[in-house]
Amino acid sequence: MNWVAIWVTCKLAGLTACALLVVGLPIAYWLSYSHWRWKFLIESVIALPLVLPPTVLGFYILLAIGPHSPFGRLYTELVGHPLPFTFEGLLLASILYSLPFAVQPFAAAFEQVDRRLIEASWTLGVSKLQTFFRLIVPLSTAGLVTGAVLSFAHTMGEFGVVLMIGGNLEGSTRTVSIDMYDEVQALNYAGAAKTALFLLVVSYAVLLLVYAVNRNVWAAWPQK
Amino acid sequence: MAAEITIHLVKTFPGRAPIRAQIRYPVEGATVLILFGPSGSGKTTILRSVAGLEWPEEGTIRFVSRLWLETASGIRVPPQERHIGYMSQDYALFPTYTVAGNIAYGLSHLPSAERKKRVDEVMELFQLRGLEQAKPRELSGGQQQRVALARAVAPRPLLLLLDEPLSALDAPSRLHLRDELRSLLKQLALPSIIVTHDWAEALTLGDVMAVISAGEVLQVGAPIDVFSRPQNADVARVVGVETVVKGRVVEATGGMVRVSVNGTTLMALEAESIGPDVFACIRAEDVVLEQGRASGSSARNHLTGTVQAVTMLGASARVTLDCGFPLVAMVTRSTAEEFKLAAGLVITAAIKAGAVHLVSRQGD
Repeated sequence: MNWVAIWVTCKLAGLTACALLVVGLPIAYWLSYSHWRWKFLIESVIALPLVLPPTVLGFYILLAIGPHSPFGRLYTELVGHPLPFTFEGLLLASILYSLPFAVQPFAAAFEQVDRRLIEASWTLGVSKLQTFFRLIVPLSTAGLVTGAVLSFAHTMGEFGVVLMIGGNLEGSTRTVSIDMYDEVQALNYAGAAKTALFLLVVSYAVLLLVYAVNRNVWAAWPQK
Repeated sequence: MAAEITIHLVKTFPGRAPIRAQIRYPVEGATVLILFGPSGSGKTTILRSVAGLEWPEEGTIRFVSRLWLETASGIRVPPQERHIGYMSQDYALFPTYTVAGNIAYGLSHLPSAERKKRVDEVMELFQLRGLEQAKPRELSGGQQQRVALARAVAPRPLLLLLDEPLSALDAPSRLHLRDELRSLLKQLALPSIIVTHDWAEALTLGDVMAVISAGEVLQVGAPIDVFSRPQNADVARVVGVETVVKGRVVEATGGMVRVSVNGTTLMALEAESIGPDVFACIRAEDVVLEQGRASGSSARNHLTGTVQAVTMLGASARVTLDCGFPLVAMVTRSTAEEFKLAAGLVITAAIKAGAVHLVSRQGD
């Protein structure tokens, strides 16, 4: 097995999940509590990666961060090299690609929080931001774990976007799924089988965790 | 300027009567305002607007010298800056916090030593000692109510807002906690506004009472005045109890209580936790008029009174008697005609002991 590829993949998935916890929380909060009538427009945009072919998404991201776009030019000027075909570029694409996998469970968890609890917090003089961290987050842990774990798992297995944005550079953008594709192309079925099994086991473990958290199986254990 | 609360608001709802409320009353120390009305009358919306949880389309809300809402000039003070204590009907205790954590929740601006001291103080006042580490779901209904109230008063609010504070409790604890709540409110010396649809709660807890029906304030006054002198038929219908008089328990034996009302004696069924000072409340439908001393009636009270006024209301008639205290009876039109009811007539009013409801009141 290609341990370098596994390391790159885990790093990418871990950083994506962390970034989505930071970026996804305010978006999910806004989606849950905003009364804006055009909110569905934003909801649809965030859900797009669920239905769009990864190559299409990758193509647009490539255009957006490429050296011919204003953002791409700015990045090249500041950092010294273009964003596509680097680990950072791949990370940015992964965040966008996994956004709905984090935001939707977050938003669903926030919507479950009883509105009257939030109002009670406000009348006790606690600001909206403080109420979010002191009340809403602790009441939404299952949804937060689900969102983080799902985006981690989803990034682990991504292929199309990686190919479009990351290329296939050993040690920086070659992830397990790309590595496995290479093995099959080289007719090394034994190597591909190991990698496939690895991805299967990781994905199953992740789903076990998600379902366990949401079924609240831990409640069968004695409470602290 | 005298200390006052001014509430004026307009709020419309799709498919429901709009709320157009106007209440203005003086506050001093621990004045308790009761918002009284049937469910759906808009009383909770008024309370939530005072809390800053609901935004009327139009209106002004002023508490003493603080302006909380003035739509005309765009002033909208958020709930966080109103310094109020608010308790919703279902208490809304934070499930992830302990009892002590719930009470300390609104005290995060205090240094930790002071915060701990205040939590201790409030736990003591609300008799919650020993429950510090309990989670809300482990508490009884009455305990939850006390924790919710303790949490609301811990940050020393300027005004306390309680939405149906006793409705989530079962009937026996409600009766007991009604008196407890009254003494707590007096101890806290804090002005409050309480929403209720229970006339006994209104009488026990209130200093001022606003009767609300279909989004409008029908009458504002001392509870006993509103009950015994409703401004119009709508108010009488909403409050539902026509006779409310001050009395004193003289004797309690064998499940019966003898109450003296302005020299007249009334028999009532013994109720739990009733102090010597009471309101005796009688619904007009429960008063039966008899000519002379009718035999065979099982009623324990037979009062002789003089008819003061008779008002015909379609098929029924509303009769006001003077039996040493004003008593209102509702009889059918045919009875009124048969008895030739008219001012000055002397008649007997029969009332069963079970129809005399006693509600404790603050002594004079």
